[in-house]
Amino acid sequence: MDNQHIRLQPSKGWISLQLDELWNYRELLYFLTWRDVKVRYKQTVLGAAWAVLQPFLTMIIFTIFFGKMANVGSDGLPYPIFSYAGLLPWTFFAQGLSQSSNSLVGSANLLKKIYFPRLVIPISSVLAPAVDFFIAFAVLLIMMVWYGIIPGIRVIFLPFLLILTFTTALGTGMWLSAMNVQFRDIKYVIPFFIQIWLFATPVIYPASKVFTFMEQRGIPVWLFGLNPLTGIVEGFRWCLLGTGSRSFSIMVASTIVSFSLFISGVYYFRRMERTFADVV
Amino acid sequence: MTDIAIKIENLSKKYLIGAQSSQYDTFRDLLMNGLTSPFKKMRDIIRGLPTGAAGLTETIWALKDISFDVKKGEIVGIIGRNGAGKSTLLKILSRITEPTEGYADIYGRVGSLLEVGTGFHPELTGRENIYLNGSILGMKKEEIIRKFDEIIAFAEIEKFLDTPVKHFSSGMYMRLAFAVAAHLEPEILVIDEVLAVGDIEFQKKCLGKMGDVAAEGRTVLFVSHNMSQIRRLCTRGLWLKNGKCVYEGSVEDAISSYQLSFLNNNDTEADSGFISWRIVNSKHEKPHTIYDEGEVEVEIILVVDKPILNGTFALVLQPSDGNKIAGWGESGIKCDTGTYNLNCRFSTFPLRPGIYQWYVSLWDGGKKIDVNNLYPELVVSCKDHSTLKEPWAGFLNIPCSIQVYKP
Repeated sequence: MDNQHIRLQPSKGWISLQLDELWNYRELLYFLTWRDVKVRYKQTVLGAAWAVLQPFLTMIIFTIFFGKMANVGSDGLPYPIFSYAGLLPWTFFAQGLSQSSNSLVGSANLLKKIYFPRLVIPISSVLAPAVDFFIAFAVLLIMMVWYGIIPGIRVIFLPFLLILTFTTALGTGMWLSAMNVQFRDIKYVIPFFIQIWLFATPVIYPASKVFTFMEQRGIPVWLFGLNPLTGIVEGFRWCLLGTGSRSFSIMVASTIVSFSLFISGVYYFRRMERTFADVV
Repeated sequence: MTDIAIKIENLSKKYLIGAQSSQYDTFRDLLMNGLTSPFKKMRDIIRGLPTGAAGLTETIWALKDISFDVKKGEIVGIIGRNGAGKSTLLKILSRITEPTEGYADIYGRVGSLLEVGTGFHPELTGRENIYLNGSILGMKKEEIIRKFDEIIAFAEIEKFLDTPVKHFSSGMYMRLAFAVAAHLEPEILVIDEVLAVGDIEFQKKCLGKMGDVAAEGRTVLFVSHNMSQIRRLCTRGLWLKNGKCVYEGSVEDAISSYQLSFLNNNDTEADSGFISWRIVNSKHEKPHTIYDEGEVEVEIILVVDKPILNGTFALVLQPSDGNKIAGWGESGIKCDTGTYNLNCRFSTFPLRPGIYQWYVSLWDGGKKIDVNNLYPELVVSCKDHSTLKEPWAGFLNIPCSIQVYKP
C-alpha cells in the first residue's frame, strides 16, 4: 500500500494542472469514454449506422442545395466528396463541443458525490465522438475510391489535423462547460453558437472563394485562419483530396488559436473546478 | 511514520445561500440593472469570481472550526441532526469540495461512499456497471477483475449479470451498487448513510461487511442516523451540531449525550424516529432485561419533528437471528412535534431465556418515518421451562409436564 499524504486546504490563485493525477485516472477516462460510446446508440434501431447517416444525409442535403442549386463551387472536386470531407472534422468538432459543454452539468451527481480529476469528464465526452468520426471516415475512403481520388504523401498530416480538431473542441468545451456550471445560459447558446460557427467555416463553400474576396479588398488571408476550423477543414481537404495549396499561413494561425484555446481552457477549467461541487 | 490517519485543524466551510443582494428601487434601476448586469457578470466570469447562482450574499457556516484527529484503524461515527454539517465534513475529506478555512491532513488513500450507485448507467448491464462504477470509485481495472466474482456473489445477481440495470428491481440495483462499493479497499473509508439499503437481511450483510472492513484495521468515518449501527460499528463518536463539534469521545457517551439533547430540548434536534426503549416496570436495575414471565411494560421513546396525521406503528419481536416471533400494531396515531412515549403493555411474556430484539416501524399514511431495530437487545433471563435446552426447541416458555401411561 502506498503511503501518501495530502493536505486539503483552501486553494489560492492559479492552481497547478496536476496532470500526473489525470494520468493516474486514465482508466476512469477510458471507462467514461467507453460508457459514452456504448450508451450513445443503445435502444436505437440503426445503432452505429447513425454515425455515418448524420454526416452522409447532411452531405446529400448540402449537395442538393449548395452544390446544385446555389452552385457555391467546390475547388474542382465533385461537390459530394468536397462537402463530406469538410463535414467529417466539422461533425467531430461540433459533437465534441456540444457534448463536452454539457458534460459537467450532465454529470452533476458524480461531481457532488465522488472525487476524481474533473478534467476527465470533458475529455471523455470529446473522445467519444471520435469513434463516430472513424466510422464515418470509412465512408469517406469508400467515396474516394468511387471518385478515383488517391491521396498523396500529404496524408501523413492527417493525425496532426485530428489532434487539432480535438484540442479545439476540448479547448472550447472546457471553457463552456466550466461556465455552464454557473450559467445555464450556455446550454441555450451552444446550438446557436455551433450553427453560426458552421457558416464561418468553409464546410459548405470552398475557402478559396473567401480568399479571393479578402485579397480583392486587401485583407490578409491568414485572418480567416483565426477560426481554427478553417485550418482544420481546409487541411483535411488538402491532405486527402489535394486541394488548396496556399493555406500555410491559415494553418499556422489556426494552430496557434487552437492551442491557445486549449491551454487557456485547461487553466480556466482548473481555476473554476474548486467551486463545481458547490454550484452545480 | 505516525499513527494518525486524519488530522483536522480548524476546518470551516462557508456556503452562500438565499436572498438576492439588492432590491430595485425604481423601474429605471431595474431596467439599468437588467442591461448592465450581463456585462458585469461577464467581467466576473472571466476573472473567475463567483457570480450568478454563486453570487448570493447571505452566508452560512456549514462547518465551523472543527478540529480532531483520527488514528489509524479507528472507526469514527459521526452523529447529529440534518444540516449539522456531517455530509459537508465528509465531502471535504473526500476532496469533493474545498474547505473555506483551516485544513485537513490525510495520510493514505481515501475511498468515499457518499451515495450508493454513483455513476450507474441505466442502459448498461450489471457487468458493465460493475466496471464503470468500480473505476469511478477509484478501483483499478485489474482490481475489479480480481474481485468480480466476489462482487456478484455478494450482490446475489448472478442471473441478471447481462441485463441492463434499468430492468433491475430497486432492491437488486441497490445490492449491486453496494456490493461494488463494499469491495473498495482504501486505507481510509468515508461512508455517508449508505447502509440503509435493501431489506433487513441485506442490511445485516452490509453491516457484517463493514465490520470486516473495520476488523482489517482500516480507518473508517461513518455518518448515520441509525444509532444502533453506530453503536455496533464504531469505536469513537463525534457529535456535530450546527457545524460545530459538540462532543467527541466514546461512542456510548456521544450517543447518549446526543439522545439526551432530544429529551431535554423538545423544540430542537432530529428528524422523527425511534430513540430508545426500556422496561418500565422492571424491579431490577437493568431496564432491558426481563426476569420473569409476568407483566411487562415497555416504553419506546419516539421523537417527532413533523406532525404525524395518520400514523401506523408496528412492533415485532425477533430472536437475535432475525426471524419473527410475534408482532403487534396500532394505527390512526396522531402526534404533534415533540417527544412521545409508546407504552406497550404485555400481560405475559412467555419467552425462553435468550437475547431478543425489538424491530419497530412507524409510517404516516404511505410515508416511512422510521423502520429500525431498537438497541440494546432485550435480554430474557428467567427460568427456562423447556426441558430441552437446545435452541431448536423454540422460543416459547410454557411450563409443561409430560407423563407416560397406558390408558
